Amino acid sequence: MDKVTNLILTGVGGQGILTASEIISEAAAQAGHDVKKSEIHGMSQRGGSVNSHIRFGEKIYSPLVIKGECDLLLAFEKLEALRMADFVKEDGNIIVNRQQINPSTVINGTAKYPENIEDKLTSKYKSVIFIDALNIAKESGNIRTANTAMLGAASKLLNIPADIWIDVIRMRVPERAIEANMKSFQMGLDIIK
Amino acid sequence: MKKLLSGNEAVARGAYESGVIVASAYPGTPSTEILETVAAEYPEIYAEWSPNEKVAFEVGVGASFAGARVLVTMKHVGVNVAADPLFTMSYTGVKGGFVLLCAGDPGMHSSQNEQDNRNYAKFAKIPMLEPSDSQEAKEFVKMGFSISEQYDTPIIVRITTRIAHSKSLVEMEDRVESEIPLEFVKEPRKFVMIPAHGRLRHVVVEDRLKKLKEFSEEIPIQKMEIKNPKIGIITSGISYQYCQEVLPEASVLKLGMTNPIPKDMIRDFAGKVEKLFVVEELDPFLEDQILQMGISVQGVGKLTGELSPDYLAEFFQNKVEDMKIIHPTPSEKMNLPARPPAMCAGCPHRSVFYTLKRKKLTVTGDIGCYTLGVLPPLETMDTCVCMGASVGSALGIEKATGRSDNVVAVIGDSTFVHSGITGLVDMVYNKSRGTVIILDNDTTAMTGRQEHPGTGVTLMGEETKRTDFIKLAKALGVENTEVVNPYDLEALDKAIDKAVNSDELSVIVTNQPCLLLRREKRTQIAEVDLASCIGCQLCLRLGCPAISVISSDNKKVKIDSMLCSGCMVCADVCKSKAIISISV
Ligand SMILES: Cc1ncc(C[n+]2csc(CCOP(=O)(O)OP(=O)(O)O)c2C)c(N)n1
Repeated sequence: MDKVTNLILTGVGGQGILTASEIISEAAAQAGHDVKKSEIHGMSQRGGSVNSHIRFGEKIYSPLVIKGECDLLLAFEKLEALRMADFVKEDGNIIVNRQQINPSTVINGTAKYPENIEDKLTSKYKSVIFIDALNIAKESGNIRTANTAMLGAASKLLNIPADIWIDVIRMRVPERAIEANMKSFQMGLDIIK
Repeated sequence: MKKLLSGNEAVARGAYESGVIVASAYPGTPSTEILETVAAEYPEIYAEWSPNEKVAFEVGVGASFAGARVLVTMKHVGVNVAADPLFTMSYTGVKGGFVLLCAGDPGMHSSQNEQDNRNYAKFAKIPMLEPSDSQEAKEFVKMGFSISEQYDTPIIVRITTRIAHSKSLVEMEDRVESEIPLEFVKEPRKFVMIPAHGRLRHVVVEDRLKKLKEFSEEIPIQKMEIKNPKIGIITSGISYQYCQEVLPEASVLKLGMTNPIPKDMIRDFAGKVEKLFVVEELDPFLEDQILQMGISVQGVGKLTGELSPDYLAEFFQNKVEDMKIIHPTPSEKMNLPARPPAMCAGCPHRSVFYTLKRKKLTVTGDIGCYTLGVLPPLETMDTCVCMGASVGSALGIEKATGRSDNVVAVIGDSTFVHSGITGLVDMVYNKSRGTVIILDNDTTAMTGRQEHPGTGVTLMGEETKRTDFIKLAKALGVENTEVVNPYDLEALDKAIDKAVNSDELSVIVTNQPCLLLRREKRTQIAEVDLASCIGCQLCLRLGCPAISVISSDNKKVKIDSMLCSGCMVCADVCKSKAIISISV
């Protein structure tokens, strides 16, 4: 429990990142860790970039992760994965949802969406895992559960017991969506070998 | 029991545990969730959205004079609006404890400036506390109430975005009711600030400040920790956490109370360390005061922008010997496309800016979601200074240039109530022939959809009377008023033409609710009929995130069926009738 775990969730407003980071930090707290998380609210619903930093361990001071110290980057969108990649430590993990959401600058032609993001990431970082969270969500019957699929994948790499994840997700998602969330969580988890 | 709370939730909890009876606020990032939490979780507290920060503060003044413990919250710039009552309440003092919680936004994540509100405490001669995490946010609010009552003063508890919107563990305690009786007792020499009384109270204020200086030396939230004596750091708020992270072995003087500062303690600390630094965000607030004491100290901070642990680590890298320090990896310049926020697909504000752009009008703007109208491709907002400024500045442009046919003020409904009304009174009074467009989306969208006097619902969820903007404008003396559906491009076009060309002052109110409020399901969506689409990309000028070009070698457009709200404004814009409605 001595070691501090540093996590960053990144993506685009509307992808359920803030809910996912709520679940992770709540789960970490229930597992007995000291926890801090920090994020920027406000513009998240307007399609801007969204980042949430979470740190847990025995004693946490700063709520912000320092560049090069991030153990796990959970990226809900490819371009945002690239944008935040330099936070990840050499032996850190990156989980990337294979989704492309064009920013307004690309839509209106003032910028180009970068090519070969997947290669750029894998050439630099040892452990990059790609998942199709949207497909998983569709398969589990609720398109809105892509963020839970990401959580499933992340859970495999974090020091938090499985039953706590299940409890917290049950508490945090709407009653009628519990089943689909559980399916998405499991499918996300199964992707990580 | 410990709970994971944001700084904002912890402040609300602190108010609850302190026996607060009245809480008032105007929304503003990053402070908004405090009153939302109070209203949702603590029915013991009367909570209201006031029309602006000045009124919120004044509601607090009255409640405190009547004996209640009061929490008033606002973002940093809100204090500018509330500064008038704040400075004189410093003279009157309180009856029930009064905590002004202001939340700063270094880095301007969602603000028009990044002023350092610590200066307000010094300027108004009142005490200030600065928590560094959620647990302290709760504790300091509670302590704030007792200091306020003990020293007969309003008190500022100042947080910043990284406190307000960070979560950490907080120990829950029970509510303790205040023992001050709830009644207004006449005391004109304290509560009526005519010059004769004010002169007496000013002496009380200076005397109070002296006592607070002594108190600042004794209060246990000033914490000195001597570890490695080579480096000593004086710091407060979130900067303290960054220091602990980056330089865990340095000696630290952590100030929980930053006005007035504990000078003896600072001198003592300075004598115990070899090299003294002050780590603070924005203004050299502590540094200047310490330098004035004749102590040599090096300020570490960034006058502009947010402080970060990375910045500190870089700064201290070569300044420490045989001391543990974190080494951040340098960032890579990658030149990636930016992802600025944009108006939602179907946002009722969009068509207004689209129309104003085509008319090449000068648009004095205001603050809210609609400020996004300044970004490409709409690029149709020419000024934005502070809330309510659109109205007064349109009048100013008219008076300077002698023309009212090429200027339009655009203001949101919540902003109009906040501080647009007095501007409109000025336009009527001083014979403006200008045009004001009120974007009435039935909510305060920018800060996360709060109720306001124009929505007919209170913060506590009760139905109430609704401010009718048209009736209000008429009562003020505006002859030309019109309500327009912003999804009807033709009607919007006509209304704006009529207003700007008229010799009378005009008020136009657009009347479609914020898309995020819409409860019922969409009944139609827009789809591109590729056979008719000629790839002219006229529709892209709307800047709707649902519409994009098919590919770099196919100029025709597609519409994202998940994002489309079915407003059909794009169908009106399309000259080839290639955008059709599909029922869903
Ligand atoms: C003095 C001050 N108080 C509060 C804010 C925070 N704030 C920015 S815009 C806004 C209100 C926006 O509501 P509205 O005018 O209805 O426009 P909408 O976002 O709904 O389009 C608020 C409260 C601020 N910037 N300045």
